[in-house]
Amino acid sequence: MEILIPILTAAVRSGTPILYATLGEIVTEKGGILNLGLEGIMLLGAYAGFAVSYSTGNPWLGIAAAFLVGTILGLIHAFICVSLKGNQVVSGLAMTMFGTGASSLLGRNFIGFTIPGLNRIPVPFLSEIPFIGPVLFNHDALIYCSYGLVLFLCWFFTSTRSGLYLRATGDNPRAADAMGISVAKTRYFYTMVGAGIVAVGGAYMSVAYTKMWAEHMTAGRGWIAVALVIFAIWNPARAALGAYLFGGVEAFQLRLQAAGTTIPAPILMMLPYLMTIGVLLFISIKKGKGILFGAPASLGLPFYREERD
Amino acid sequence: MKLSVKIEPRLETSRKLGIAIPVFSLASALLSGAVFLFFMGVSPLQAYSTILRSSLGDAYGLSETIVKAIPLAMAAIAVMLSFTMLIWNIGAEGQIFMGAMATAAAVRYLFVDNHAVMFLIMFTAAGIAGGVWGAVAGYLRARWSVNEIITTLMLNYVAMNLLNYFVYGPWRDPASLGFPMTAPFPDAARLPSFWNTRIHAGLFLALLLPLVFWIVLRFTRWGYEIRVMGENPKAAGFAGMSYLKNVVLVMFLSGAIAGIAGMCELSGLQGRLQHGFSGGYGYTAIIVAWLARLHPIAILLVSFLMGILLVGGETLQIVMRLPLSSMLVLQGLILFFVLGGEFFRKFRIRIFFRGVPNPQPTISEKEGN
Repeated sequence: MEILIPILTAAVRSGTPILYATLGEIVTEKGGILNLGLEGIMLLGAYAGFAVSYSTGNPWLGIAAAFLVGTILGLIHAFICVSLKGNQVVSGLAMTMFGTGASSLLGRNFIGFTIPGLNRIPVPFLSEIPFIGPVLFNHDALIYCSYGLVLFLCWFFTSTRSGLYLRATGDNPRAADAMGISVAKTRYFYTMVGAGIVAVGGAYMSVAYTKMWAEHMTAGRGWIAVALVIFAIWNPARAALGAYLFGGVEAFQLRLQAAGTTIPAPILMMLPYLMTIGVLLFISIKKGKGILFGAPASLGLPFYREERD
Repeated sequence: MKLSVKIEPRLETSRKLGIAIPVFSLASALLSGAVFLFFMGVSPLQAYSTILRSSLGDAYGLSETIVKAIPLAMAAIAVMLSFTMLIWNIGAEGQIFMGAMATAAAVRYLFVDNHAVMFLIMFTAAGIAGGVWGAVAGYLRARWSVNEIITTLMLNYVAMNLLNYFVYGPWRDPASLGFPMTAPFPDAARLPSFWNTRIHAGLFLALLLPLVFWIVLRFTRWGYEIRVMGENPKAAGFAGMSYLKNVVLVMFLSGAIAGIAGMCELSGLQGRLQHGFSGGYGYTAIIVAWLARLHPIAILLVSFLMGILLVGGETLQIVMRLPLSSMLVLQGLILFFVLGGEFFRKFRIRIFFRGVPNPQPTISEKEGN
């Protein structure tokens, strides 16, 4: 058991950026908008988080800046998908390209710098519980925030009026419209908030995880998060499970490399990506048998208010 | 007085509008790109003139633009095929890698000292490797509806790491002074190049493929089936067309073409396999296909335009010290504006004034009564 503690602790740490991104995408998709631009949003979030932390010396300002940048990118996506009724897949791809390019252009003068970043703050009492304490409660505050966000979203989706309206918008926008909910406004709002949360995940990479900026530093985590949303069947608690699973694979892989294994590094680095495919396949086969279902029914479809069915 | 805006669907799009919209979208994208560069502290005028001068300014620049357009056109045909069927193959990049690896493997293990035979071997190997890479995602999609966007993307990362494994490990040239690359290919494994430029025989494939697929999609029964399945899979199913078979076939073809693009790039241009050998052609191809509205012949023209951007990007990297991926900003913006332009193709916006405020009840009031 003792051996597992460092790996599990690392799993939580490296799973957190993916967790934020997954939660953000769940929020967006619940409203019926598919945002495939996570990779680009995370990268710009990572850049904004790092640049603002570096220049102000306050990591929390950096994280707030990342959230803000995320909402602006979400606004662009919402404008194209909701107002212009553009193709959501292509808009997401454009966002990924734009974000990847813009972050490396903006961040070209920050390469090689480091920041103190977020400190580890052990939670009093809780961190002293054997096993669970060091794994879950000996981290930085942004990780604790992610626990809170998971719980909040679980409650929000199932037990609040706004959560119900959000789900109605994603499942049956025509019914939501008849109820007097503005489908467009709801979709705009949650696409922006969702993208903001995704960007915080990117900022976690630069402000808390590596404490530096590098081009393409998210290395596909945004896409893994898109896959995890399906794995989580749009459930925030399952998203946490999935994100830590991936964090665990990554931590395990890094540890094997550090221990000087004979397996070549590139082969080990394939693991998270192969696992994403495996997980997706597993879920899809199960869904095919009718055991699992959770996708918002109108995901990815534009809503034409004027049209009649 | 009240200003009112009404959005109406267009029944059809005039030819003039069909050309004006993409041109206008492209212009707006370049304009907003200029604004972005300006705020980056980069002179947009200098950047754009550098791009144009380096890519079109002289014969060398022009030839380099064509060199870039060759793999782009082929990869764009690859993704166009799958997009026509509404299958989102984002994995052309990985399929290019697989084709390149198969080419390098063919040169290493199956070498024959004869240009024609070697070409056939490399062509087949690259086609099969890329094709299988695509068909795997296609089968998962058709059989269990596994999201192909994610699988093709994940396979890109897998292919990239596989390539790294080979060039850092077993295939590394001992004479390369530690650089991650294979030994240079022997002459028989190289495609000829022309006119004292780097333009290579891949050009013929890049010109031929769009023509072939234009004819196939437009005039053959199979091409018709593919288009029907893209527009209405249900109707296609009722008409007895097999979705599974066709998705796997289309993804195999798509991957095979991308793989062959990788082979041409390797055997025609670079002459050896090395780390990071494709500059994101597989991703840029998505823009090309979309900008060309999935029309095979238009893809040729758009590939050339994108070639300008790629050559310009490399020059910017050297002259103005901008990171190579900053060209992605322009590419992303172009895609955004083309998407926005689609709206004006489908809808008409009418703005008019009304004398009196609108007295009509809203929908919710009506239903309340």
